[in-house]
Amino acid sequence: MSLLGKLDVVAAARKALLPEGLDVFGTPIEKVYSTTEASVGGRRILFFGTNNYLGLTFAPECLQAAHEALDSEGTGTTGSRMANGSYSGHRALEQEFSDFYHCRSSIVFTTGYQANLAMISGLAGSNDVILIDGDSHASIYDGCRLSGAEIIRFRHNDMADMEKRLRRLGEKTSSTLIIVEGIYSMLGDRAPLVDIVTIKNSYGSILLLDEAHSIGVLGKTGQGLVEETGLINEVDFITGTFSKSLGSIGGYCVSNHMQLDQLRYVSRPYIFTASPSPATIASTRAALKLLRDGTELRKKLWVNARKLYSCLDEQGYQLGPDPGPIIATILDSPQQAMMLWKALFDQGVYVNLILPPAAPEGKSLVRCSVSAAHTDEQIDYVANVFAELRKSIF
Amino acid sequence: MENDHNSILQKLCHHLEHFASADIKIVPETDLINELAIDSVKLLNLIMEIEDEFDISIPINVLADVNTVRDLADLIYKIKSALK
Repeated sequence: MSLLGKLDVVAAARKALLPEGLDVFGTPIEKVYSTTEASVGGRRILFFGTNNYLGLTFAPECLQAAHEALDSEGTGTTGSRMANGSYSGHRALEQEFSDFYHCRSSIVFTTGYQANLAMISGLAGSNDVILIDGDSHASIYDGCRLSGAEIIRFRHNDMADMEKRLRRLGEKTSSTLIIVEGIYSMLGDRAPLVDIVTIKNSYGSILLLDEAHSIGVLGKTGQGLVEETGLINEVDFITGTFSKSLGSIGGYCVSNHMQLDQLRYVSRPYIFTASPSPATIASTRAALKLLRDGTELRKKLWVNARKLYSCLDEQGYQLGPDPGPIIATILDSPQQAMMLWKALFDQGVYVNLILPPAAPEGKSLVRCSVSAAHTDEQIDYVANVFAELRKSIF
Repeated sequence: MENDHNSILQKLCHHLEHFASADIKIVPETDLINELAIDSVKLLNLIMEIEDEFDISIPINVLADVNTVRDLADLIYKIKSALK
């Protein structure tokens, strides 16, 4: 098949699945009113699919910091840190991440996707093995491919399965990188970190934990699952993103391993990318302070999350196993999911639609993301819309 | 050695039967993607089942050249042989 012919196949599949005139996977947002509301197609809609968990995208401290950096340092760095140098903000943010996690060092990346790509491909090579959870994010899969290491999957959150696959690796376990996530993006469930740490220690492997969805959400100061479980000293590398609780764009890795800094010289996704813009770094620094001191924001986030989860659960929707800011309703067919997504959209509620093969186990998902910025009225409204649709659609 | 390979092929055909509709007979030349409609995610899950059945590790990044049942049997045979 020709290069362009392959894309024609994609176009045909998309046309067969999605209704004409409805751009589900590219919804044009005309105006953003606030952290929770926007205009789509001339109508006011509620954001219930963004990962703005702490609602910091319009925090005055972040906006001011970004404005000041924009005025003083310009719109972009126009090059990589290796070739064009590190701005003071890059270095300061790295120090602040090290302080936040009480770790020896950290590296800041241009996106969260690149953080995983850079760390995984920098750590593992062709003679190594990477053992990943089957429900891992695409950035983890892509990082693994880029590394050239042998990639082995274990069944999602199944510790007996993980250990069995580790055992099969024999002597290779000492050069095995295990990768799990604090909160998984599809169903919103958490990695069983206590068991994972016990197993990885007994086999002498290295553990990388992606806290993309859990930073700001879990733990007293918002470090993530490592703080919630008290296992920060047992995890070798922690990666994460700025694009969720921190409300900007970028990624990070923190570690107590002194070798982390050497990744800057071997990791292609770090070396060959322009560094984050000054405004992005400045708003992230302000957001990290708010996140660290954000006990009340976290409290509100969890009140909202538990309330919506329990409403949908009582209404009879099949949900992910754990209540949390990611609330996935699990549908048997893409058609059902499409119908629910469209009906929610028509009622002014904009959520995520996830169809096979992106959703696990061949299911389809209509996924909500709850924010601390959602008001009680907004949560009640969305819960009521789901309740009405439960009666009319299913 | 040939018997080993045949035994792997037979086991594999048997394992793949639940992926196929009644009118498809699994043979070594059966194409996993086109004839059994095994998409990328189903293939990864199938590999975990195969790993358990043969008690081996199959890195998913060596699957690029696997198209048919025979290709998969060849891969399993190669991995098992390397363990001996």
